[in-house]
Amino acid sequence: VTGVAIAGVAESELGAVAPGTTALDLMGQASARALADCGLEAKDVDGLFAASGQLAMATVSLGEYLGIRPRHGDSTNVGGASFVAHLAHAAAAIATGRCEVALIAYGSTQRLLGRASAAIGERDPYEAPFKAPMPVTAYALAAARHMHEYATSPEQLAEVAVSARAWAARNPLAFEREPLTVEDVLAAPRVADPLGVRDCCLVTDGGAAAVVVSAERAASLRRAPVHVLGVAEAQSHRHIASMPDLTVTAARESGARAFAEAGLTPGDVDLLMLYDAFTITPILFLEDLGFCAKGEGGPFVEGGRTAPGGSGPPMNTNGGGLSYQHPGMYGLLEVVEAVRQLRGEGGERQVQGAEVALVHANGGVLSSQCTALLGAQATT
Amino acid sequence: VEAPATRFAEACAAERLDFQWDPLAERAVFYPRLVSPFSGTTELEWRTSAGLGVVYATTTVHHREEPPRNVALIDLDEGFRMLSRVEATGVRIGMRVQVAFNEGTPVFLPA
Repeated sequence: VTGVAIAGVAESELGAVAPGTTALDLMGQASARALADCGLEAKDVDGLFAASGQLAMATVSLGEYLGIRPRHGDSTNVGGASFVAHLAHAAAAIATGRCEVALIAYGSTQRLLGRASAAIGERDPYEAPFKAPMPVTAYALAAARHMHEYATSPEQLAEVAVSARAWAARNPLAFEREPLTVEDVLAAPRVADPLGVRDCCLVTDGGAAAVVVSAERAASLRRAPVHVLGVAEAQSHRHIASMPDLTVTAARESGARAFAEAGLTPGDVDLLMLYDAFTITPILFLEDLGFCAKGEGGPFVEGGRTAPGGSGPPMNTNGGGLSYQHPGMYGLLEVVEAVRQLRGEGGERQVQGAEVALVHANGGVLSSQCTALLGAQATT
Repeated sequence: VEAPATRFAEACAAERLDFQWDPLAERAVFYPRLVSPFSGTTELEWRTSAGLGVVYATTTVHHREEPPRNVALIDLDEGFRMLSRVEATGVRIGMRVQVAFNEGTPVFLPA
């Protein structure tokens, strides 16, 4: 157990924001809302943790925007997993006295600007000639390999999107809430085989923020603390050609370390937040985090098991990156949902009796993997 | 030192698929670099691949305004993997392929 807790969380405006809005605007707005959520102010913050595909020096920009001169800053960017990495870094910084009040923040206007102009360019001389759109091509290759080795079916992939949509129907902030069937997913236009449009995450604007303090300090703030029971990072490659086995992610390592720190096992988890940039990713993470054996992720999600009322663990209860929001780096929004569920603020989608949530975030092309176990109680 | 990417591109222009060999770890290194990720040696050797390999994973990428295009990961017989494309229809995992050069770009054809 890390000894820290999440005291406040918030989303910024989401979906499609007003023309002229910047990534920093959304990061700042989410930060102000998260601070208000726990009753703290900008002047209380002495540690900043931030990342955005649009900001090369995210914490420096955020400090200027909010008028904060932190004594600890960390702009670690490992893609969509950055913010769970920040959670680990914030726990370490608080434990060693580098800061007391850590603010983790994210913002993106990729829908407003278009994905290409909302990204800092990174050209690879060995991949560029093949004009493979990234990251989708990499995930399509991983899905193809998983299907080849384990007979995972397009219908099983589609189940992930259908489950997410069923949860999204219960979330007023979800971008896509219309009913979706397996047949709809299979009939959607193809992007990169075996993935179609409905196997791919949304492209939205949005931001989020979380305030992290010691468990002791959190107890004196206005919201029920959500304890960070365990948190760990891992990475395995930057380019998909360098991933040793496309069916095995470094979530095996981050998950094992996070469970060990928390003293928990998969059977203790009440809610799964598994980064669903593409329908193949939750299937890989269910396997690599120990919820089923390698190759059994497809059967695991069949028959709506992770959907509302399903026989399996509730998964991606906000509607996920597939149906709720995906501003490009989705991980902090997973944390926001897990905190809301553990506080009992899930409204129509509340998971009854949720005590332990697993948040798993992914970055790059299955490159970086970060896992956190969050609890309504400090010990379990 | 000569940039690894430049050295690789020069070989491709001469229709050779070159890769690096780590003599300490006794294994191929790809993409080319100045330091081996296996042993840490900076004394990497250049070798020329026979250009024969197997499709490890494959996808067809669909564009709005262009014909669909293959992207594949190829496992070369010398023990390295690269991203490329197979210029054929019906590309399958496990298919044997042979390198070919398309305007200096190493692509693959069914072997």
